[in-house]
Amino acid sequence: MAITVKVVERPVNEVSYVRAALKGMGLTIKHLFAVGDRVTIQYPEEKSPISPRWRGTHRMLTTENGKARCVACGLCPTVCPANCIKLVPGEDEEGNRYPLVFEIDEFRCIFCGFCQEVCPEEAIHVGRHYENSEYSREGFVYDLQRLMDQTHPVCEMWDPEDPKGE
Amino acid sequence: MSVLHGFTALLQAADPNLPPVSGMVFYIFTLVKIGIIFGIYMVGVAMLTLAERKISAWIQDRHGPNRVGKGWLQPAADGLKNFMKEETMPAGVNKPLFVLAPILSFIPALTTWCIIPFGAPMPTRWGRIDLVVADLPVGFLFILAISSLGVYGIVLAGWSSNNKYALLGGLRSSAQMISYEISLGLSTIPVLLLAGNVSLNSIINQQAWGGWNVVNLTVAFFIFMVAAFAETNRLPFDLPEAESELVAGYHTEYSAMKFSLFFIAEYANMVTASALMATLFFGGWDVPFTARDNIGPYSKWLSLLSIGIFLAKILFFVFVFMWVRWTVPRFRYDQLMSLGWKFMLPLALVYIVLIASVMLGLSAAGIDQGEKIYPAILGSVNLAMIIILFAILDRGRIISPAYGRMHPREVERLKQVEKQLEKRHPIAAEAGK
Repeated sequence: MAITVKVVERPVNEVSYVRAALKGMGLTIKHLFAVGDRVTIQYPEEKSPISPRWRGTHRMLTTENGKARCVACGLCPTVCPANCIKLVPGEDEEGNRYPLVFEIDEFRCIFCGFCQEVCPEEAIHVGRHYENSEYSREGFVYDLQRLMDQTHPVCEMWDPEDPKGE
Repeated sequence: MSVLHGFTALLQAADPNLPPVSGMVFYIFTLVKIGIIFGIYMVGVAMLTLAERKISAWIQDRHGPNRVGKGWLQPAADGLKNFMKEETMPAGVNKPLFVLAPILSFIPALTTWCIIPFGAPMPTRWGRIDLVVADLPVGFLFILAISSLGVYGIVLAGWSSNNKYALLGGLRSSAQMISYEISLGLSTIPVLLLAGNVSLNSIINQQAWGGWNVVNLTVAFFIFMVAAFAETNRLPFDLPEAESELVAGYHTEYSAMKFSLFFIAEYANMVTASALMATLFFGGWDVPFTARDNIGPYSKWLSLLSIGIFLAKILFFVFVFMWVRWTVPRFRYDQLMSLGWKFMLPLALVYIVLIASVMLGLSAAGIDQGEKIYPAILGSVNLAMIIILFAILDRGRIISPAYGRMHPREVERLKQVEKQLEKRHPIAAEAGK
C-alpha cells in the first residue's frame, strides 16, 4: 500500500511561525498592561457574589419571643437523604410540641435543601453562607442553639411561578 | 544638540590618560568588584523570580504574589521555604554526582560574568578602574568555553537521579544545548569580524563608534537570541523540563536548596545571556546617542550612568525572555532539532560568508569602517536578508507545523521503505494495512 500524504495548501499567515509568534506576543503585551482586566478576586477581603438560591450552612429561624419555630413534626429527618438531622420531640404543659434535641451534622449534610422545602413552619433553612470550617469533626454537629444563633441570610427557594427569580 | 554636548562635556571632566590602578589597590578593587557583582547578581536573580511570577500573572490577567510584604518579600519567603524543606535523597541515586550537578549548573552562569564589562572605566585618585572583574584578552572565547560547561550540570542531574523522566530531560538538554551551541558560536563570528578582536571591551568600543551591531548584524542577533533561548532552556525550548511530558525533567528528584539552586541557575543563565546580547549586539554599557563616551576622558558620573544603561539593557532582554515564555508554546522535539540543524546552522554559515564578502568588498572599494555609510550598507544587506527570510521563506519551512507540507523526496523515501517492508515481512505489512 502506498503512503498517501495529503498536502494541504494553506495561506501564508497560517503556516508562518514568526508572524504567528509576533501576533501572540502583541496579544500578551496587551494583557500585561490591561490593569483593569484583572480577574482575580482577593478572597478573604473580597468575596464573589453568591446566588440567592445558594444552599449553605443551616439556620433555624425563631419566633418573636426568641424560641425556635420548629414544632418537631419530624418531616425534616424523614426527608433528609443523608440522614444528618437528629430530632427528639418534646411537648410542654399546653400541648405545644417543641424539639428537645435538634442537631444537624453539617459533615453528613449534602445541602440538598429538602429540609427547608419540607418544613411546614418555615423553621429550618439552608443559608447563603459557606465559611464553616472547624478544627474537629465534633464541631460540625450543630445543636439547636447554634442553629438559632446563625445570622446569615437564608436561601430563597425556587418559585415555580417565577422560575428565573425576577 | 548643544544640551547633549554640554551633557557629554559634564560626563567627561577628567584626565583622559589616567593610568589603570596597580599593585595592592588593584587586588582590593577586584575583590570589591567581585563582591558587588555577586551581591547584585544574587539579589537580582531572586527579584527576577518575583518578576517572572508578576509578569506571568499580568499576562494571564491575574495579580501575582501580593501578600508577603505586598509581594516584594516573596523571593525571601521562597528562599526561606527552600531552606526549611527536607533534602530528599531518592534510592539508587549516584550521590556524589547528584550533589555536584546543581553546583555545576550554577557556576558557569556566574563565571561568565567575570569578563563582561559592565560600565565605563571609573577614575579614582589611585588611577583608572576598569569596570570588569577580569579583562581577559581571550574574551569571547572564554565565554564560549564556559557556557558549554552548563550542559554538564543538567546531564549529570538527569543521569544521577535514577529516574527515567530525569534521564530523558538530561538527554534532551544535552542534544539541544550542543546543537544550539554551534549556531550560537557561529552567529557571533560576524561580530568578531567587525570588531577585529575577541576582547569584549574592543567589541563594545567598535560598536560605540561604528553603530550597534543590532543594526550592522541584525540576522546574527536573531540567531544569537534564538540560540540563547535554547541554551538557557527557556520556552519555547524548555524540552529538558517539559512539565507536561517529563514531570519536571532533569530536576524531578531534587528538593529543597538543591532544587532552588537549579532554579537560581536558570535565572542566572538568563541574566548572563541577556548581558551577552546587550554586550555583543546592543553596545554593552555604551550610552546611546553619545559618541566618544568610551575613549575618555572619563568621569565617575559617566561610569554610573553607563552601569545604569547596561542594567537597563539587561533587564529589557530579561523581560523579552519572560514575555516570550508566557506567549509561545513549546516546540516538538523534531521541530527543535530541524530548526537547529537544518535552518539556523546553514543560515549562520551563509551569513558569515555574506558579511565577510561585504566587508571585503567595502574595504576594496576604499570605504573605512568608521564612515557613516558603512553601517548603512551593512544594515541594508541585513534588511534585505530579513525580508527574504521572513516574507518568503517563513511559510512552514522555518518551523514545520504538524500539517506542514512534506518534501516530495521525503514522500518518495517513505514509499521505498514501505516497499522494502512488504518484501521482507509480507505478513507484517499485510497486518499493517
